[in-house]
Amino acid sequence: MGKGVKVEPILQVLNASKSFGGVQALVNVSFSVRQAEIFGIIGPNGSGKTTLINCITGFVKMDSGKIIYRGKDITNRPPNQIANLGITRTFQIMRPYYSLPAYKNLIIPLFSPRARKKGGWRGGGKLGDRSTVSIDILEEIGFERDSFVPYKLASSLPTGYLKRLELARCLALKPDIILCDEVFSGLSMSEIASMVPLIEKLQMDGITLIMIEHRLRELFRVANRVMVLNFGAKLTEGTPEEVMEDEKVKEAYLGSEKLLDYTFEA
Amino acid sequence: MNDRGSDMELTTQERRKERLDRGIKVRTEGIYAISSLEEIGYLILPRLLLIMGLLLLPALVSSLYWKRVISITCIYALLALGFDFLAHFVGLVSLGGAFFIGVGGYIAAILNKYLGVSPAFTIPLASLLGATICTLLLLPALPLRGVYFAIVTLMYPLAISRIIEALNILGGTDGILGVSGFPSRWIEQYLIVLIVLVALFGLRRLVNEDIGLVFRGVKDNDQAVRASGLNITLYKSIAVFIASGLGSLGGAYLSHIYMWSGISQFALDFSIIPIAATVIGGGGTLVGPLLGCFILVPISEFLRAFGTLRIVFYSLILMAFIMYRSEGIMVYVQRKYHQFERWVKV
Repeated sequence: MGKGVKVEPILQVLNASKSFGGVQALVNVSFSVRQAEIFGIIGPNGSGKTTLINCITGFVKMDSGKIIYRGKDITNRPPNQIANLGITRTFQIMRPYYSLPAYKNLIIPLFSPRARKKGGWRGGGKLGDRSTVSIDILEEIGFERDSFVPYKLASSLPTGYLKRLELARCLALKPDIILCDEVFSGLSMSEIASMVPLIEKLQMDGITLIMIEHRLRELFRVANRVMVLNFGAKLTEGTPEEVMEDEKVKEAYLGSEKLLDYTFEA
Repeated sequence: MNDRGSDMELTTQERRKERLDRGIKVRTEGIYAISSLEEIGYLILPRLLLIMGLLLLPALVSSLYWKRVISITCIYALLALGFDFLAHFVGLVSLGGAFFIGVGGYIAAILNKYLGVSPAFTIPLASLLGATICTLLLLPALPLRGVYFAIVTLMYPLAISRIIEALNILGGTDGILGVSGFPSRWIEQYLIVLIVLVALFGLRRLVNEDIGLVFRGVKDNDQAVRASGLNITLYKSIAVFIASGLGSLGGAYLSHIYMWSGISQFALDFSIIPIAATVIGGGGTLVGPLLGCFILVPISEFLRAFGTLRIVFYSLILMAFIMYRSEGIMVYVQRKYHQFERWVKV
């Protein structure tokens, strides 16, 4: 653990607050994430995890608080601007373009200003076109290049591939930070087992990952640090071992000792 | 297939239709493997049929009245192409046909009558200016989706024609008379046919280009497009610019055909007929709405003999189509053309 983690924070969230009508979804949440770190966010249902991601990526305007990215204030900027800075996200409910084949799904992020600038001419390096680049990205994320899978309509792909497609859409933007909203949920154990090395490889490439997850065992295997939310407020933060030992977390999460079942497997 | 049929199906249904794609497409839409003249013919034939048909039509029709109907049909076809493009490839349901036609028509008339610009320049200028004006006026409505956008596009032509009427500007209810016509009947006939063909094949190419995929992405899932770092309002306005440009072009053409521009160019026919044509022709095919126009507009002219009963027959034809061929002609025809069908025992 801790390979290549640097000290300076890449993303800082300061006192983020958001309420929907009478419901306080986020109450003064602050944390910071370092480059190439895997930062887990856990918490019971309705504890504000997805709202936090929505606030960081600009899909929801915060009531108060600040988001600092590489020393720059990016609070409440529109989502497309934030994505072009390199902060990308996956959606909990997968959102592929159902009427397009899988590889054409990636041409849309490859068309973005960021991908065009970073990828050179036509976003595909010197001579390639976007279709070639998108097939390359799909292969990297676990689509078999020579099979028909990358060419199938997104509407006919199973959940496992759709989750990968969500990640691939982020990768097409050449991201610095990926915010993953439950990439493991709905996957079988073997599918998760094949996803974990992928996540670790992204970290090795220097990409920062912020992961919301309900599958604690898998998250604790990859995460460097974990933050716990409950009723929109931050309970605690620390390494997976520290968080698991925390009495408050056990109480909030399950009201029982069941969390002990998720023993940390180093 | 045999092992798939459950006992239930066996008793209720003894056979089913199996559909197989012709083996000309490789893996996905848009990549073809062509290995023989027959296959080239298979791809070219329908396109050639359409192009030759449209080019021969003005020459085959003898009466002046029906020649003009063809030109008007082409103008409706431009609107229908724009409607289909916005509705099925960008996800914006537009009732703005009348708005686009009216704006283009008035701009062409003003340029020609008051500034003395010749039709060779008024038509392209009116298309660009009209598209700019329409896009700017619709810009506040672009974040709206579905029926709300449709209502705003419907409101503009109604409002503008009332404003012209009430303030008695731009010729008031008489309209702008004395707009110059085309130098010859053949130019009038063939220019619009060529424009329609270019618009059809241009749009078909566009929706499969990378920017076209972005448009389709906006329709499928606009939040994912925003998360992909693209400004959806920008791409929606580009799409509206294209569609309103086609409409304004049609309006400018209309002004020069009739040598007149007036508030009837803001009539709702221009909003409704393109939608009906898209329903009949098959939405999302682009060529379907064009054929729909060539069916609907002439029928509506034939029915003029019945006077006010015309609208009743018209509605009946539309209803029959919606009930028995709701997918549209082209969707049906394309399926029959691109797929083998056979009955298999279940």
